[in-house]
Amino acid sequence: MALLNNIQDIRDQFPALGQKVNGKDLVYFDNGATAQKPLCVTGRLNEMNSGINGNIHRAVHDLSAKCTMLYEGARETVRAFINAESTDEVIFTSGTTASVNLVANSFTASFISKGDAVIICEADHHSNIVPWQMACERAGAELRILPVDDNGCWRMDELDKILDRKVKIVSVAHISNVLGIVNPVEELVKKAHAAGAVVLLDGAQGIVHSSVDVQKLNCDFYAFSGHKIYGPTGTGILYGKRSILERMGPWMGGGDMVETVTLQKTTYAPLPLRFEAGTPNFIGAAALGDALQFVSSLDKEFVHNHEERLTDLLMNGLRNIEGLKIYGDAPEKIPLASFTIDGVHHADLAMLLDKMGVAVRSGMMCCEPLMSRFGVTGMVRVSLTVYNTEEEIDILLKSLSRAVNMLRQ
Amino acid sequence: MTIKETEQQIVEEFSVFTEWLDKYEYLIELGRSLPIIKESGKEEKNLIKGCQSRVWLAADYSDGKIYFTADSDAIITKGIVSLLVRVFSGRTPQEILEADLSFIKEIGLEENLSPTRANGLLSMIRQIKFYAVAFAANK
Repeated sequence: MALLNNIQDIRDQFPALGQKVNGKDLVYFDNGATAQKPLCVTGRLNEMNSGINGNIHRAVHDLSAKCTMLYEGARETVRAFINAESTDEVIFTSGTTASVNLVANSFTASFISKGDAVIICEADHHSNIVPWQMACERAGAELRILPVDDNGCWRMDELDKILDRKVKIVSVAHISNVLGIVNPVEELVKKAHAAGAVVLLDGAQGIVHSSVDVQKLNCDFYAFSGHKIYGPTGTGILYGKRSILERMGPWMGGGDMVETVTLQKTTYAPLPLRFEAGTPNFIGAAALGDALQFVSSLDKEFVHNHEERLTDLLMNGLRNIEGLKIYGDAPEKIPLASFTIDGVHHADLAMLLDKMGVAVRSGMMCCEPLMSRFGVTGMVRVSLTVYNTEEEIDILLKSLSRAVNMLRQ
Repeated sequence: MTIKETEQQIVEEFSVFTEWLDKYEYLIELGRSLPIIKESGKEEKNLIKGCQSRVWLAADYSDGKIYFTADSDAIITKGIVSLLVRVFSGRTPQEILEADLSFIKEIGLEENLSPTRANGLLSMIRQIKFYAVAFAANK
Protein backbone atom coordinates (compact mmCIF):
# COMPACT_ATOMS: atom_id res chain seq x y z
CA MET A 1 0.00 0.00 0.00
CA ALA A 2 1.29 3.44 -0.94
CA LEU A 3 2.06 5.59 2.08
CA LEU A 4 0.21 8.88 2.61
CA ASN A 5 2.58 11.72 1.80
CA ASN A 6 0.36 14.56 0.70
CA ILE A 7 -1.23 17.06 3.06
CA GLN A 8 -4.51 17.27 1.16
CA ASP A 9 -4.91 13.48 1.09
CA ILE A 10 -4.30 13.42 4.82
CA ARG A 11 -6.72 16.27 5.56
CA ASP A 12 -9.38 14.55 3.46
CA GLN A 13 -9.38 11.78 6.05
CA PHE A 14 -10.48 14.22 8.78
CA PRO A 15 -13.97 15.65 8.15
CA ALA A 16 -13.87 17.59 11.45
CA LEU A 17 -11.20 19.90 10.00
CA GLY A 18 -13.64 21.27 7.43
CA GLN A 19 -16.03 22.89 9.89
CA LYS A 20 -16.54 26.52 10.79
CA VAL A 21 -16.22 27.80 14.34
CA ASN A 22 -17.61 31.20 15.28
CA GLY A 23 -18.18 31.78 11.58
CA LYS A 24 -14.52 31.17 10.68
CA ASP A 25 -12.76 28.16 9.18
CA LEU A 26 -11.57 26.04 12.08
CA VAL A 27 -7.84 26.13 12.78
CA TYR A 28 -7.28 23.30 15.21
CA PHE A 29 -4.14 23.62 17.31
CA ASP A 30 -5.18 21.73 20.44
CA ASN A 31 -3.94 18.36 19.24
CA GLY A 32 -2.01 17.80 22.45
CA ALA A 33 -5.34 17.63 24.27
CA THR A 34 -7.17 15.52 21.73
CA ALA A 35 -6.79 14.78 18.03
CA GLN A 36 -9.49 14.72 15.38
CA LYS A 37 -10.51 11.33 14.01
CA PRO A 38 -9.90 9.91 10.54
CA LEU A 39 -12.66 8.27 8.51
CA CYS A 40 -11.37 4.77 9.24
CA VAL A 41 -11.96 5.37 12.95
CA THR A 42 -15.38 7.01 12.69
CA GLY A 43 -16.32 4.36 10.11
CA ARG A 44 -15.43 1.51 12.45
CA LEU A 45 -17.33 3.11 15.34
CA ASN A 46 -20.41 3.57 13.16
CA GLU A 47 -20.20 0.10 11.68
CA MET A 48 -20.01 -1.56 15.08
CA ASN A 49 -22.50 0.66 16.89
CA SER A 50 -25.03 0.22 14.14
CA GLY A 51 -24.58 -3.48 13.50
CA ILE A 52 -21.55 -5.51 14.51
CA ASN A 53 -22.26 -5.40 18.22
CA GLY A 54 -22.09 -8.40 20.52
CA ASN A 55 -20.38 -8.69 23.88
CA ILE A 56 -16.95 -10.24 23.53
CA HIS A 57 -15.33 -13.40 24.88
CA ARG A 58 -18.37 -15.05 26.39
CA ALA A 59 -20.97 -15.93 23.82
CA VAL A 60 -20.99 -18.36 20.93
CA HIS A 61 -23.12 -16.31 18.57
CA ASP A 62 -21.85 -14.70 15.42
CA LEU A 63 -21.85 -11.05 16.52
CA SER A 64 -19.94 -11.88 19.68
CA ALA A 65 -17.38 -13.83 17.70
CA LYS A 66 -16.93 -10.98 15.22
CA CYS A 67 -16.46 -8.44 17.99
CA THR A 68 -14.02 -10.69 19.82
CA MET A 69 -12.02 -11.01 16.60
CA LEU A 70 -11.96 -7.25 16.12
CA TYR A 71 -11.04 -6.64 19.77
CA GLU A 72 -8.24 -9.18 19.85
CA GLY A 73 -7.15 -8.11 16.37
CA ALA A 74 -6.74 -4.56 17.67
CA ARG A 75 -4.67 -5.92 20.56
CA GLU A 76 -2.30 -7.47 18.03
CA THR A 77 -2.18 -4.16 16.11
CA VAL A 78 -1.20 -2.36 19.30
CA ARG A 79 1.39 -5.01 20.12
CA ALA A 80 3.02 -4.63 16.72
CA PHE A 81 2.78 -0.81 16.89
CA ILE A 82 4.81 -0.62 20.12
CA ASN A 83 6.78 -3.81 19.43
CA ALA A 84 5.74 -5.61 22.60
CA GLU A 85 6.86 -9.22 22.83
CA SER A 86 3.38 -10.61 23.30
CA THR A 87 -0.27 -9.55 23.25
CA ASP A 88 -0.37 -10.76 26.87
CA GLU A 89 1.50 -7.57 27.68
CA VAL A 90 -1.09 -5.28 26.11
CA ILE A 91 -3.97 -4.28 28.40
CA PHE A 92 -6.90 -2.21 27.19
CA THR A 93 -7.88 0.61 29.56
CA SER A 94 -9.95 3.77 29.27
CA GLY A 95 -6.90 6.00 28.83
CA THR A 96 -3.52 7.04 30.21
CA THR A 97 -5.07 8.03 33.54
CA ALA A 98 -6.66 4.60 34.01
CA SER A 99 -3.39 2.92 32.99
CA VAL A 100 -1.37 4.87 35.57
CA ASN A 101 -4.00 4.23 38.22
CA LEU A 102 -3.94 0.52 37.45
CA VAL A 103 -0.19 0.41 38.12
CA ALA A 104 -0.40 2.77 41.10
CA ASN A 105 -2.92 0.40 42.69
CA SER A 106 -1.90 -3.03 41.59
CA PHE A 107 1.88 -2.68 41.46
CA THR A 108 1.87 -0.81 44.76
CA ALA A 109 -0.17 -3.55 46.46
CA SER A 110 2.27 -6.23 45.30
CA PHE A 111 5.62 -4.46 45.45
CA ILE A 112 5.61 -1.35 47.64
CA SER A 113 5.78 -1.47 51.42
CA LYS A 114 6.11 1.06 54.20
CA GLY A 115 9.39 2.91 53.95
CA ASP A 116 9.79 2.32 50.20
CA ALA A 117 9.86 5.20 47.74
CA VAL A 118 8.39 6.26 44.41
CA ILE A 119 9.87 8.87 42.04
CA ILE A 120 7.78 11.20 39.85
CA CYS A 121 8.77 14.43 38.09
CA GLU A 122 7.69 17.97 38.89
CA ALA A 123 6.91 18.56 35.20
CA ASP A 124 4.43 15.68 35.09
CA HIS A 125 0.73 15.81 34.29
CA HIS A 126 -1.61 15.57 37.29
CA SER A 127 -2.57 12.09 36.09
CA ASN A 128 0.93 10.91 36.92
CA ILE A 129 1.13 12.86 40.18
CA VAL A 130 -2.14 12.31 42.01
CA PRO A 131 -2.37 8.48 41.63
CA TRP A 132 1.13 8.17 43.13
CA GLN A 133 0.35 10.57 45.98
CA MET A 134 -2.66 8.39 46.78
CA ALA A 135 -0.69 5.15 46.43
CA CYS A 136 2.16 6.38 48.63
CA GLU A 137 -0.25 7.53 51.28
CA ARG A 138 -1.91 4.10 51.34
CA ALA A 139 1.36 2.19 51.37
CA GLY A 140 3.21 4.49 53.76
CA ALA A 141 5.80 5.09 51.04
CA GLU A 142 7.75 8.24 50.33
CA LEU A 143 7.10 10.26 47.17
CA ARG A 144 10.29 11.73 45.75
CA ILE A 145 10.36 14.41 43.11
CA LEU A 146 12.69 14.65 40.14
CA PRO A 147 13.14 18.40 39.51
CA VAL A 148 13.62 20.12 36.15
CA ASP A 149 16.01 22.95 35.31
CA ASP A 150 15.03 26.39 34.01
CA ASN A 151 14.78 24.96 30.48
CA GLY A 152 12.40 22.26 31.69
CA CYS A 153 14.95 19.45 31.32
CA TRP A 154 15.27 16.66 33.87
CA ARG A 155 17.97 17.28 36.49
CA MET A 156 19.79 13.96 35.99
CA ASP A 157 22.30 14.97 38.70
CA GLU A 158 19.39 15.23 41.15
CA LEU A 159 18.07 11.87 40.00
CA ASP A 160 21.29 10.26 41.13
CA LYS A 161 20.74 11.74 44.60
CA ILE A 162 17.18 10.46 45.07
CA LEU A 163 17.51 7.11 43.32
CA ASP A 164 18.48 4.48 45.87
CA ARG A 165 17.44 0.92 46.74
CA LYS A 166 14.28 2.16 48.51
CA VAL A 167 12.85 3.33 45.18
CA LYS A 168 10.56 0.67 43.71
CA ILE A 169 9.23 2.56 40.71
CA VAL A 170 10.04 5.68 38.71
CA SER A 171 6.92 6.98 36.95
CA VAL A 172 7.53 9.89 34.57
CA ALA A 173 6.43 11.36 31.25
CA HIS A 174 8.13 10.25 28.05
CA ILE A 175 7.34 13.64 26.49
CA SER A 176 6.10 16.65 28.48
CA ASN A 177 2.59 17.79 27.52
CA VAL A 178 3.46 21.41 28.36
CA LEU A 179 7.07 21.76 27.28
CA GLY A 180 7.10 19.23 24.46
CA ILE A 181 10.53 18.05 25.57
CA VAL A 182 11.47 14.50 24.65
CA ASN A 183 12.96 13.31 27.91
CA PRO A 184 16.12 11.14 28.06
CA VAL A 185 14.10 8.06 28.99
CA GLU A 186 16.61 5.44 27.89
CA GLU A 187 19.23 6.86 30.23
CA LEU A 188 16.65 7.03 33.01
CA VAL A 189 15.61 3.40 32.47
CA LYS A 190 19.24 2.26 32.73
CA LYS A 191 19.78 4.18 35.95
CA ALA A 192 16.50 3.04 37.50
CA HIS A 193 17.13 -0.61 36.65
CA ALA A 194 20.64 -0.40 38.05
CA ALA A 195 19.08 0.79 41.32
CA GLY A 196 16.55 -2.05 41.28
CA ALA A 197 13.52 0.11 40.38
CA VAL A 198 11.06 -0.39 37.52
CA VAL A 199 9.97 2.39 35.17
CA LEU A 200 6.54 3.53 34.01
CA LEU A 201 6.51 5.95 31.10
CA ASP A 202 3.47 8.19 30.65
CA GLY A 203 3.33 8.07 26.89
CA ALA A 204 0.23 10.22 26.29
CA GLN A 205 2.30 12.54 24.07
CA GLY A 206 5.12 10.08 23.38
CA ILE A 207 3.00 7.61 21.46
CA VAL A 208 1.96 10.35 19.01
CA HIS A 209 5.30 11.98 18.38
CA SER A 210 7.92 9.25 18.56
CA SER A 211 8.32 5.72 17.28
CA VAL A 212 7.76 3.79 20.46
CA ASP A 213 9.55 0.47 20.72
CA VAL A 214 8.98 -0.78 24.27
CA GLN A 215 11.68 -3.42 23.97
CA LYS A 216 14.24 -0.89 22.84
CA LEU A 217 13.15 1.60 25.50
CA ASN A 218 13.28 -1.32 27.92
CA CYS A 219 10.66 0.37 30.11
CA ASP A 220 8.56 -1.85 32.36
CA PHE A 221 5.27 -0.05 31.73
CA TYR A 222 4.14 2.28 28.98
CA ALA A 223 0.78 4.06 29.27
CA PHE A 224 -1.08 5.95 26.57
CA SER A 225 -4.49 7.17 25.43
CA GLY A 226 -6.27 6.40 22.19
CA HIS A 227 -7.86 9.80 21.66
CA LYS A 228 -4.60 11.72 21.25
CA ILE A 229 -3.44 9.37 18.49
CA TYR A 230 -6.58 9.79 16.34
CA GLY A 231 -8.43 6.99 18.13
CA PRO A 232 -11.69 7.09 20.06
CA THR A 233 -12.12 8.84 23.40
CA GLY A 234 -12.25 6.44 26.32
CA THR A 235 -9.65 4.05 24.98
CA GLY A 236 -6.14 3.52 26.22
CA ILE A 237 -3.36 1.04 26.69
CA LEU A 238 -1.17 -0.17 29.47
CA TYR A 239 1.83 -2.07 28.23
CA GLY A 240 3.54 -4.05 30.98
CA LYS A 241 6.39 -6.53 30.94
CA ARG A 242 5.02 -10.01 31.37
CA SER A 243 7.42 -10.87 34.19
CA ILE A 244 6.04 -7.99 36.27
CA LEU A 245 2.38 -8.19 35.28
CA GLU A 246 2.37 -11.87 36.26
CA ARG A 247 3.36 -10.96 39.78
CA MET A 248 0.70 -8.26 40.11
CA GLY A 249 -2.76 -8.98 41.50
CA PRO A 250 -5.82 -7.59 39.76
CA TRP A 251 -7.02 -4.12 40.63
CA MET A 252 -10.69 -4.23 39.73
CA GLY A 253 -12.78 -7.37 40.11
CA GLY A 254 -15.65 -8.41 37.87
CA GLY A 255 -16.59 -10.46 34.87
CA ASP A 256 -14.10 -11.59 32.23
CA MET A 257 -11.10 -11.38 34.58
CA VAL A 258 -11.72 -14.68 36.35
CA GLU A 259 -10.92 -18.33 35.84
CA THR A 260 -13.23 -19.95 38.38
CA VAL A 261 -15.45 -18.31 40.94
CA THR A 262 -16.96 -19.85 44.03
CA LEU A 263 -18.55 -17.77 46.73
CA GLN A 264 -15.48 -18.26 48.87
CA LYS A 265 -12.59 -17.95 46.44
CA THR A 266 -11.85 -16.85 42.92
CA THR A 267 -8.92 -17.70 40.73
CA TYR A 268 -7.99 -15.09 38.20
CA ALA A 269 -7.74 -15.28 34.46
CA PRO A 270 -4.29 -15.25 32.87
CA LEU A 271 -2.84 -12.13 31.22
CA PRO A 272 -4.06 -9.82 29.86
CA LEU A 273 -7.71 -10.43 30.82
CA ARG A 274 -6.87 -10.42 34.54
CA PHE A 275 -6.66 -6.64 34.26
CA GLU A 276 -9.74 -6.12 32.10
CA ALA A 277 -12.66 -6.59 34.49
CA GLY A 278 -16.14 -6.03 33.12
CA THR A 279 -17.22 -5.37 29.55
CA PRO A 280 -14.41 -3.37 28.03
CA ASN A 281 -14.94 -0.60 25.49
CA PHE A 282 -14.48 -3.20 22.76
CA ILE A 283 -15.88 -0.99 20.01
CA GLY A 284 -13.50 1.80 20.95
CA ALA A 285 -10.62 -0.65 21.22
CA ALA A 286 -11.31 -2.03 17.74
CA ALA A 287 -11.31 1.52 16.34
CA LEU A 288 -8.07 2.29 18.19
CA GLY A 289 -6.56 -0.48 16.10
CA ASP A 290 -7.74 1.38 12.99
CA ALA A 291 -6.24 4.62 14.29
CA LEU A 292 -2.85 2.98 14.73
CA GLN A 293 -3.10 1.48 11.26
CA PHE A 294 -3.81 4.97 9.96
CA VAL A 295 -0.62 6.22 11.64
CA SER A 296 1.29 3.34 10.09
CA SER A 297 -0.06 4.34 6.69
CA LEU A 298 1.61 7.76 6.94
CA ASP A 299 4.96 8.31 5.24
CA LYS A 300 7.21 8.85 8.28
CA GLU A 301 9.73 10.97 6.43
CA PHE A 302 6.99 13.21 5.05
CA VAL A 303 5.47 13.60 8.52
CA HIS A 304 8.83 14.45 10.04
CA ASN A 305 9.70 17.06 7.40
CA HIS A 306 6.21 18.54 7.37
CA GLU A 307 6.05 18.93 11.15
CA GLU A 308 9.56 20.35 11.24
CA ARG A 309 8.65 22.96 8.62
CA LEU A 310 5.50 23.94 10.55
CA THR A 311 7.37 24.12 13.84
CA ASP A 312 10.05 26.39 12.33
CA LEU A 313 7.38 28.71 10.96
CA LEU A 314 5.57 28.74 14.28
CA MET A 315 8.67 29.36 16.41
CA ASN A 316 10.01 32.10 14.15
CA GLY A 317 6.62 33.81 14.12
CA LEU A 318 6.23 33.59 17.88
CA ARG A 319 9.71 34.97 18.52
CA ASN A 320 8.74 38.11 16.60
CA ILE A 321 6.04 38.94 19.14
CA GLU A 322 7.32 41.34 21.75
CA GLY A 323 7.32 40.05 25.31
CA LEU A 324 6.55 36.47 24.28
CA LYS A 325 8.33 33.75 26.21
CA ILE A 326 8.44 30.13 25.08
CA TYR A 327 8.90 27.51 27.80
CA GLY A 328 11.01 24.40 27.41
CA ASP A 329 14.31 24.41 25.59
CA ALA A 330 15.85 21.06 24.74
CA PRO A 331 17.66 19.40 21.83
CA GLU A 332 14.62 17.31 20.99
CA LYS A 333 11.10 18.75 21.07
CA ILE A 334 7.78 17.80 19.50
CA PRO A 335 5.85 20.30 17.33
CA LEU A 336 4.42 22.26 20.22
CA ALA A 337 4.91 25.68 21.82
CA SER A 338 3.73 26.79 25.26
CA PHE A 339 4.17 30.47 25.95
CA THR A 340 3.20 33.54 27.92
CA ILE A 341 3.12 37.14 26.71
CA ASP A 342 3.99 40.04 29.03
CA GLY A 343 0.96 42.06 30.02
CA VAL A 344 -1.49 39.67 28.38
CA HIS A 345 -3.48 37.03 30.24
CA HIS A 346 -3.50 33.55 28.69
CA ALA A 347 -7.26 33.12 29.12
CA ASP A 348 -8.01 36.42 27.34
CA LEU A 349 -5.74 35.42 24.50
CA ALA A 350 -7.31 31.99 24.08
CA MET A 351 -10.80 33.49 24.21
CA LEU A 352 -10.07 35.97 21.43
CA LEU A 353 -8.31 33.32 19.33
CA ASP A 354 -11.39 31.14 19.67
CA LYS A 355 -13.50 34.02 18.34
CA MET A 356 -11.19 34.03 15.31
CA GLY A 357 -11.70 30.29 14.78
CA VAL A 358 -8.35 29.23 16.26
CA ALA A 359 -8.45 26.51 18.91
CA VAL A 360 -5.52 26.50 21.35
CA ARG A 361 -5.14 25.32 24.91
CA SER A 362 -4.69 27.73 27.79
CA GLY A 363 -4.41 27.49 31.54
CA MET A 364 -2.42 25.14 33.71
CA MET A 365 -2.73 22.17 31.35
CA CYS A 366 -3.11 19.80 34.33
CA CYS A 367 0.43 20.69 35.42
CA GLU A 368 -0.03 23.02 38.37
CA PRO A 369 3.33 22.15 39.97
CA LEU A 370 5.13 22.95 36.71
CA MET A 371 3.27 26.28 36.44
CA SER A 372 4.44 27.12 39.96
CA ARG A 373 7.96 26.08 39.01
CA PHE A 374 7.93 28.73 36.28
CA GLY A 375 6.04 31.25 38.44
CA VAL A 376 3.02 31.57 36.17
CA THR A 377 -0.71 30.88 36.60
CA GLY A 378 -1.06 29.47 33.11
CA MET A 379 0.26 29.44 29.57
CA VAL A 380 -1.07 29.24 26.03
CA ARG A 381 -0.20 26.05 24.16
CA VAL A 382 -0.19 25.58 20.41
CA SER A 383 0.19 21.89 19.60
CA LEU A 384 0.50 20.78 15.99
CA THR A 385 0.06 17.52 14.25
CA VAL A 386 0.36 16.02 10.81
CA TYR A 387 -2.85 17.51 9.35
CA ASN A 388 -1.99 21.13 10.15
CA THR A 389 -0.82 23.45 7.38
CA GLU A 390 1.48 26.41 6.79
CA GLU A 391 -1.56 28.52 6.02
CA GLU A 392 -2.99 27.68 9.44
CA ILE A 393 0.24 28.81 11.13
CA ASP A 394 -0.09 32.05 9.21
CA ILE A 395 -3.69 32.52 10.41
CA LEU A 396 -2.63 31.77 13.98
CA LEU A 397 0.19 34.32 13.91
CA LYS A 398 -2.03 37.02 12.43
CA SER A 399 -4.83 36.26 14.89
CA LEU A 400 -2.34 36.31 17.72
CA SER A 401 -0.99 39.75 16.91
CA ARG A 402 -4.52 41.07 16.48
CA ALA A 403 -5.50 39.67 19.89
CA VAL A 404 -2.37 41.05 21.53
CA ASN A 405 -3.10 44.49 20.10
CA MET A 406 -6.60 44.40 21.54
CA LEU A 407 -5.45 43.30 24.96
CA ARG A 408 -2.34 45.39 25.32
CA GLN A 409 -2.84 49.16 25.46
CA MET B 1 -33.50 50.70 39.42
CA THR B 2 -34.40 47.02 39.85
CA ILE B 3 -32.13 44.14 38.85
CA LYS B 4 -34.31 43.56 35.80
CA GLU B 5 -34.00 47.22 34.79
CA THR B 6 -30.23 47.19 35.16
CA GLU B 7 -30.07 44.01 33.09
CA GLN B 8 -32.21 45.66 30.43
CA GLN B 9 -29.93 48.68 30.41
CA ILE B 10 -26.89 46.43 29.80
CA VAL B 11 -28.72 44.60 27.01
CA GLU B 12 -29.40 47.95 25.33
CA GLU B 13 -25.77 49.02 25.68
CA PHE B 14 -24.67 45.81 24.01
CA SER B 15 -27.28 46.00 21.26
CA VAL B 16 -25.17 48.56 19.36
CA PHE B 17 -22.44 45.95 18.78
CA THR B 18 -22.99 43.95 15.63
CA GLU B 19 -19.50 42.45 15.54
CA TRP B 20 -18.06 40.16 18.20
CA LEU B 21 -14.92 42.26 18.04
CA ASP B 22 -16.69 45.42 19.22
CA LYS B 23 -18.35 43.52 22.02
CA TYR B 24 -15.08 42.13 23.30
CA GLU B 25 -13.34 45.48 22.93
CA TYR B 26 -16.06 46.94 25.12
CA LEU B 27 -15.56 44.19 27.71
CA ILE B 28 -11.82 44.84 27.67
CA GLU B 29 -12.53 48.55 28.17
CA LEU B 30 -14.84 47.75 31.10
CA GLY B 31 -12.23 45.45 32.56
CA ARG B 32 -9.57 48.12 32.22
CA SER B 33 -11.48 51.13 33.50
CA LEU B 34 -12.84 49.65 36.66
CA PRO B 35 -10.79 49.25 39.81
CA ILE B 36 -13.44 47.06 41.31
CA ILE B 37 -11.75 45.69 44.38
CA LYS B 38 -9.46 47.15 47.01
CA GLU B 39 -6.02 45.51 47.17
CA SER B 40 -6.89 44.45 50.71
CA GLY B 41 -9.86 42.54 49.31
CA LYS B 42 -7.58 40.41 47.16
CA GLU B 43 -6.93 37.97 49.95
CA GLU B 44 -6.98 34.21 49.83
CA LYS B 45 -10.43 33.83 51.36
CA ASN B 46 -11.98 35.92 48.59
CA LEU B 47 -10.23 34.03 45.79
CA ILE B 48 -12.20 31.85 43.42
CA LYS B 49 -9.74 29.69 41.55
CA GLY B 50 -10.43 28.55 38.01
CA CYS B 51 -8.07 26.66 35.75
CA GLN B 52 -8.11 29.56 33.28
CA SER B 53 -8.39 32.67 35.38
CA ARG B 54 -8.85 33.78 38.96
CA VAL B 55 -11.66 35.87 40.39
CA TRP B 56 -11.77 37.68 43.73
CA LEU B 57 -15.11 38.49 45.31
CA ALA B 58 -15.72 40.41 48.54
CA ALA B 59 -19.13 41.16 50.08
CA ASP B 60 -20.21 43.76 52.64
CA TYR B 61 -23.64 43.85 54.26
CA SER B 62 -25.12 47.14 55.28
CA ASP B 63 -28.68 48.40 55.82
CA GLY B 64 -30.18 45.21 54.43
CA LYS B 65 -28.22 45.34 51.20
CA ILE B 66 -25.16 43.47 49.98
CA TYR B 67 -22.34 45.42 48.36
CA PHE B 68 -19.96 43.42 46.17
CA THR B 69 -16.50 44.26 44.98
CA ALA B 70 -14.65 41.89 42.69
CA ASP B 71 -11.69 41.51 40.39
CA SER B 72 -10.03 39.09 38.01
CA ASP B 73 -6.52 38.63 36.65
CA ALA B 74 -7.91 38.20 33.11
CA ILE B 75 -9.21 41.38 31.54
CA ILE B 76 -12.17 39.93 29.61
CA THR B 77 -13.28 37.98 32.67
CA LYS B 78 -12.93 41.20 34.65
CA GLY B 79 -15.18 42.97 32.17
CA ILE B 80 -17.89 40.38 32.69
CA VAL B 81 -17.27 40.48 36.44
CA SER B 82 -17.92 44.21 36.38
CA LEU B 83 -21.28 43.61 34.68
CA LEU B 84 -22.24 41.12 37.37
CA VAL B 85 -21.20 43.51 40.12
CA ARG B 86 -23.25 46.26 38.49
CA VAL B 87 -26.29 43.99 38.47
CA PHE B 88 -25.91 42.48 41.94
CA SER B 89 -24.30 45.09 44.15
CA GLY B 90 -26.50 47.16 46.44
CA ARG B 91 -29.38 44.69 46.32
CA THR B 92 -31.26 42.91 49.06
CA PRO B 93 -30.57 39.19 49.51
CA GLN B 94 -34.07 38.47 48.29
CA GLU B 95 -33.54 40.37 45.03
CA ILE B 96 -30.27 38.52 44.43
CA LEU B 97 -31.81 35.12 45.02
CA GLU B 98 -34.60 35.87 42.55
CA ALA B 99 -32.34 37.10 39.74
CA ASP B 100 -32.16 34.76 36.75
CA LEU B 101 -29.34 36.49 34.83
CA SER B 102 -30.99 36.00 31.46
CA PHE B 103 -29.23 39.17 30.24
CA ILE B 104 -25.96 37.24 29.92
CA LYS B 105 -27.55 35.09 27.26
CA GLU B 106 -29.20 38.09 25.60
CA ILE B 107 -25.85 39.84 25.15
CA GLY B 108 -24.34 36.64 23.77
CA LEU B 109 -21.88 35.91 26.55
CA GLU B 110 -23.45 32.75 27.94
CA GLU B 111 -20.51 30.62 26.78
CA ASN B 112 -18.42 32.45 29.36
CA LEU B 113 -20.63 31.12 32.11
CA SER B 114 -20.33 27.54 30.94
CA PRO B 115 -18.74 25.16 33.44
CA THR B 116 -16.24 24.15 30.76
CA ARG B 117 -14.70 27.61 30.70
CA ALA B 118 -13.26 27.20 34.18
CA ASN B 119 -12.75 30.95 34.40
CA GLY B 120 -14.28 31.29 37.84
CA LEU B 121 -17.40 33.19 36.68
CA LEU B 122 -19.84 30.38 37.39
CA SER B 123 -18.33 29.89 40.83
CA MET B 124 -18.55 33.65 41.33
CA ILE B 125 -22.29 33.65 40.69
CA ARG B 126 -22.71 30.68 43.03
CA GLN B 127 -20.74 32.56 45.66
CA ILE B 128 -22.88 35.70 45.20
CA LYS B 129 -26.03 33.62 45.74
CA PHE B 130 -24.39 31.92 48.70
CA TYR B 131 -23.70 35.32 50.32
CA ALA B 132 -27.34 36.25 49.73
CA VAL B 133 -28.54 33.08 51.49
CA ALA B 134 -26.09 33.62 54.36
CA PHE B 135 -26.96 37.29 54.90
CA ALA B 136 -30.68 36.57 54.61
CA ALA B 137 -30.39 33.92 57.30
CA ASN B 138 -28.46 36.24 59.64
CA LYS B 139 -30.86 39.14 59.39
